[in-house]
Amino acid sequence: MEQVAIADQHDEHHEPTSFITRYIWSQDHKVIAVQYGLTAIAVGLIALVLSGMMRLQLAYPESFTFINPIAYYQFVTMHGMIMVIYLLTALLLGGFGNYLIPLMIGARDMVFPYLNMLSYWFYLVSVLVLVSSFFAPGGPTGAGWTLYPPQAILPGTAGFDWGILLMLISLAIFIVAFTMGGLNYVTTILQARTQGMTLMRMPLTVWGIFVATILGLLAFPALFVSALMMLLDHVVGTSFFMPALLSQGQLTDHEGGSPILFQHLFWFFGHPEVYIVALPAFGIVSDLISTHARKNIFGYRMMVWAILAIGVLSFIVWAHHMYVSGMHPWFGFFFAVTTLIIAVPTAIKVYNWVLTLWRGNIHLTVPMLFAIGFIFTFINGGLTGLWLGNVVVDVPLSDTYFVVGHFHMVMGLSPVLVIFGAIYHWYPKITGRMFNDTLGKLHFWLTFVGAYSIFLPMHYLGMLGIPRRYFANLTTDFIPESAQDMNIGITAAAIFVGLVQILFLINMVWSLRHGKPAGGNPWGATTLEWQTPQTPPAHGNWGPTLPVVHRWAYDYSVPGTAEDFTPQNVPVSPGHDTEDEEART
Amino acid sequence: MNIIVLFMVSVMAVFVWWMVLQRVTAKTWLEQGVAIDPRAGADFQYSHRVASKVALWVFMVVITALFLLFVTAYHMRMHLGDWRPLALPGTLWVSSALLLLASIALQAARHGASNNRRSLLLTGFILGGVFALAFLAAQWWAWQQLSAAGFLVASNPANSFFYLLTGLHAVHLLGGLLVWSKTAGKIAGGAPVASVRLSVELCSVYWHYLFLLWLGLFALLLNT
Ligand code: HEM
Ligand SMILES: [Cu+2]
Repeated sequence: MEQVAIADQHDEHHEPTSFITRYIWSQDHKVIAVQYGLTAIAVGLIALVLSGMMRLQLAYPESFTFINPIAYYQFVTMHGMIMVIYLLTALLLGGFGNYLIPLMIGARDMVFPYLNMLSYWFYLVSVLVLVSSFFAPGGPTGAGWTLYPPQAILPGTAGFDWGILLMLISLAIFIVAFTMGGLNYVTTILQARTQGMTLMRMPLTVWGIFVATILGLLAFPALFVSALMMLLDHVVGTSFFMPALLSQGQLTDHEGGSPILFQHLFWFFGHPEVYIVALPAFGIVSDLISTHARKNIFGYRMMVWAILAIGVLSFIVWAHHMYVSGMHPWFGFFFAVTTLIIAVPTAIKVYNWVLTLWRGNIHLTVPMLFAIGFIFTFINGGLTGLWLGNVVVDVPLSDTYFVVGHFHMVMGLSPVLVIFGAIYHWYPKITGRMFNDTLGKLHFWLTFVGAYSIFLPMHYLGMLGIPRRYFANLTTDFIPESAQDMNIGITAAAIFVGLVQILFLINMVWSLRHGKPAGGNPWGATTLEWQTPQTPPAHGNWGPTLPVVHRWAYDYSVPGTAEDFTPQNVPVSPGHDTEDEEART
Repeated sequence: MNIIVLFMVSVMAVFVWWMVLQRVTAKTWLEQGVAIDPRAGADFQYSHRVASKVALWVFMVVITALFLLFVTAYHMRMHLGDWRPLALPGTLWVSSALLLLASIALQAARHGASNNRRSLLLTGFILGGVFALAFLAAQWWAWQQLSAAGFLVASNPANSFFYLLTGLHAVHLLGGLLVWSKTAGKIAGGAPVASVRLSVELCSVYWHYLFLLWLGLFALLLNT
């Protein structure tokens, strides 16, 4: 037989020896995860600064000479794109996916470590290409993160020449990087689970990452297609998307292309992208809640099914982003219906989280605070999503601040809260030390309250009709003057929230050296990553023998056990054997 | 968009169906002990060979999605009025034949590898690559013919799509040739047959896939 246990493949899992192979050209999933994470956070900070500048401009429209309309559009675009793709997608899948998959399923590493390393380096290149557009002639693209043609590549839009070129190239490289990583995640989950780790014993975190990766593998090609075709329209002069038009008094060389075609392709990627970000967050939050409430997750099976249902449905709702692009009323009806249907499995998940908390032994640790903050925020954003899913409601609200408020709640703030919670939760495992609890709690409360002061009022501004992506709303008849006061308040909150993140950074860096040693399993968690022989886990994760899994991932507070948790790799005690037999037959 | 939606939904449906086979209905909270593992019973062992095959298949599904998205775009763009169908050069028939030969040669190499017949393995594998390179040359030649005849990439969407689809297909084959050249080097350098068996097998599957993909694209181009 050619079957070799991973443990025996010495050539593939040899220990790296030098600093370079250990930390730079590393093939260890844990190092790659940290590389992904740090890179994503670094670009995320750029995007955060950009949002601060936009807010300054909106609050004090005539005060900043360096923010002109062109720069404002560039900020909007780069902020949006970085946040969605280069921060959230990369951090959740490249970062947490890489770190947690092998540890949670009891593998020594990803199945293709070399490919995994390449994936990170491609990602890094994509980030560098993106950032380089700030220094390109004409600056980065200002087309909006949706990059709609024809304006994206016409004079009059910022960065129509170099900026958009670099953006499209960067996206293409990112997609290649994601595909390499994604193949690894899927194959690892399918093939490298340790003995006893059946699919239905996997923690929900792995489930979320698994299905999100499949969505990504199927949806990112649509972005690739649109990017490539737009690149050709731009560089070679084809007319895939570009109609015949006059640009600044000149007839362009294009004719006959369809901007709507781009919108279809873009949103065919764009909507699943929402779930590429959301599903890992859903999974992680389920595990955080269960662990810190010392209670098994409510409705595990239903949670898995809901993840699957959301995955399938997310491919047939994309045109709800195109209600105002004009479509046959029946299409509008169809997409409104599918959009409302996808709310059902999503709502099931929310109920299950709440029911898990119900009468749990809730420990208000920092990760738990963030998890509860997420549930709140997600319900908020989900409800406004139900509004916007209906054509009649969406048409007047489309392109107003209501939409900005909605999507920041549902896919800005919600995943970010989960990411913070997850970083705090796994920090002790990654570094071997505890973070400072007080600082962590402070960070939570200031961020949470601050972020609500940013995004809640935006809904109100939107209902007043204030349009999104506007550089300034000086004196406009239908906008009351008080709206400007509100804008100033929002900006103050935004700057505040931005600064509060320094607390987080300080905490992370300071605790690296000065935190209390964490021990292997500080939260008393059941999943495998907490049962490694060393903390932080050594190369190969498990020492000489792989763990064997004997139970599902949520044996918290099981009656009759001494402790309030039973790790997945704890064998069955003799008294339980009969029960085991019954369950099998 | 119908085409791609159908594809995505069927991929997801197959996935869900497979999940059902994997006992998604299990009440794992009631089961303890080493569970009945649908993969291979309780003594499941990781196999790099199986994992590599799974990865290749997943990758091929992704490539299929990519090309179907192009086909969807093709379909939508085609009906916009300014589409002037392209007269395909006969060279494409030659290239199709070459790619078929490449596929057959690799199949022979695979046969050689599994029966430890080194000479068959070597000839088949080298020929598989050479035919693939010849295919690329023929495609290149077809491009030259078309542009010489004035069918430039930007002059009509039909032309643009032709260059785009054939080009992208060629890029995927080039990726395959990269792997091929590594393995070919090993075989020529006298590596034991067992050590290359897996790569030969994977290459042959990928070659067959690219051949089928090309047939699909060729049929589309011929009929529109
Ligand atoms: C402190 C945190 C944040 C603040 C203050 C903020 C603020 C803003 C502002 C002012 C805009 C421009 C609205 C306009 O002029 O139309 C914007 C757009 C956007 N933001 Fe954020 N944002 C934050 C975090 C995030 C996060 C975490 C995400 C991740 C999903 C995100 C995603 C987006 C997107 C996709 C756009 C739309 C860009 C476009 O219209 O092309 N933001 N944000
Ligand atoms: Cu959507």
